[in-house]
Amino acid sequence: MRKAASDPRLSRGRLMVYQALIVGALFAFWYLMTEPILISPESAKNTAFFFGKPLAVVKVIFDWFTTGKIYPHLAITLWETLLAFAVGSVLGLGVGLWLALSPTASALAEPYITAMNAMPRVILAPIFAVWFGLGVLSKVALGVTLVFFIVFFNVYQGVKEVSPVVLANARMLGASKRQLLRYLYLPSATSWVFSSLHTSVGMAFVGAVVGEYLGSAKGVGYLILQAEGVFDINTVIAGILVLTMFALLLDYAVTRIESRLLVWRPTTAETERL
Amino acid sequence: MAEPALAFDRVTCAFADSGGAGRYTAVADASFAVGPGEFVSVVGPTGCGKSTLLNVAAGLLEPSSGEVRIDGVPLTGINGRAGYMFQSEALMPWRSALSNVTAGLQFHGTPPAEAAERATAWLARVGLAGFESRYPHQLSGGMRKRVALAQTLILDPALLLMDEPFSALDIQTRQLMENELLDLWAANRKSVLFITHDLEEAIALSDRVIVLSAGPATHPLGEFVIDLPRPRDVAEIRMSPRFVELHEAIWRVLKDEVLKGYAQSRK
Repeated sequence: MRKAASDPRLSRGRLMVYQALIVGALFAFWYLMTEPILISPESAKNTAFFFGKPLAVVKVIFDWFTTGKIYPHLAITLWETLLAFAVGSVLGLGVGLWLALSPTASALAEPYITAMNAMPRVILAPIFAVWFGLGVLSKVALGVTLVFFIVFFNVYQGVKEVSPVVLANARMLGASKRQLLRYLYLPSATSWVFSSLHTSVGMAFVGAVVGEYLGSAKGVGYLILQAEGVFDINTVIAGILVLTMFALLLDYAVTRIESRLLVWRPTTAETERL
Repeated sequence: MAEPALAFDRVTCAFADSGGAGRYTAVADASFAVGPGEFVSVVGPTGCGKSTLLNVAAGLLEPSSGEVRIDGVPLTGINGRAGYMFQSEALMPWRSALSNVTAGLQFHGTPPAEAAERATAWLARVGLAGFESRYPHQLSGGMRKRVALAQTLILDPALLLMDEPFSALDIQTRQLMENELLDLWAANRKSVLFITHDLEEAIALSDRVIVLSAGPATHPLGEFVIDLPRPRDVAEIRMSPRFVELHEAIWRVLKDEVLKGYAQSRK
């Protein structure tokens, strides 16, 4: 065995220490640049107006969680994200399977799919606000348009990538058309959907937050919008930090679900560490 | 005489050329038969349309002209009486070994509990007891072939179509699998059409060897009855004088075709 010290890569523990140091340094720099310690009180006032103060930001976050004021907003954002993800995935799966298995339908729909995918869909948010009001529905609608295309293209690919040999084999084993759909196309397509889980959950989250930001009465995006309206930069940054932590948690949850659903997938490292 | 289990009657298969202009005739006017319980191998140079013939027999491919008869009945659609073992990986990667083997039973509506029981027995028969919950990527190439064999045989097909099933295996595993195949076949004589490019494998396994011409327009050139005694051990039988004689006789016919096929593949 080689000594750990000669390993060109950092060990996991040291890596985490360094990563924490980088965050710490950033906060220290931020603190020094917004407090009248090294710089004049006049310029500290200026920078604090534009960048906020780290301690004030931490206090806002602390108050949010201790008073519980943030929870209904987080819950609404989470609810919008999950709804957008679920509806977008089901629609994408259905339409993807349909178009992939029907050449005529796919030839007909192709230019519209391309056009709709090319369109910057965030622009639809005002229309959705008019159609569905300022509640949950308009955010879900925006998230759905974002999630749908990711899932759709993955399902489409998944169906097209079913190995012709596996397909022929299933037919020789006596699978009917319906059974091919149920036992061959669907598992193959869903495996592609699962592998795009990170992106689609992320997009659902983006849809929810952007929707809230553009007009709403609840949600973390709404908090940020309110704070921005009164130039409360500390609260804006606090909202951004909470959203980031929330997104990381979501991503972690997805990773856990993914590894349970895709056990059959070959991974590059097959051996187990002893 | 009984109807042959599988009969090709003047089968021709032509494909549109990749350019779309011309046509490529893969198989031309092929006629031969496999008797009930007979083990027939087809050998031929690479790219001669061996797999095309097998796909026609399976009903996956419709011939341009001519017909295939199964027990005297012309074949339309998928050949429900045949089991097909493919050359490349055909297992469903998202299913465990056990549920790959149960797939055929599931498609035919067998109750899950009974299917699982029979599949477990079949996995044990091909030497994979204890590997039920492994996924295909967790098995070696030889093990995957065993699963595929169990998957095909569990449906008890009257006719077995095999497309170079062991060509991807190393020589030791291959001989083991060949012996296992012969054992399973001897226990329950099915008709087998076995495609290979390996003449030794063909002679060691078969009752009859059919030699195909080089493509395009492949057709049978000759057939040889293999009168070696059974049961055989594929590794030992290669040493017998009769085996060497047969090998020489068939190779004389095959050699020119192999050279032709090689010349074409270099063009």
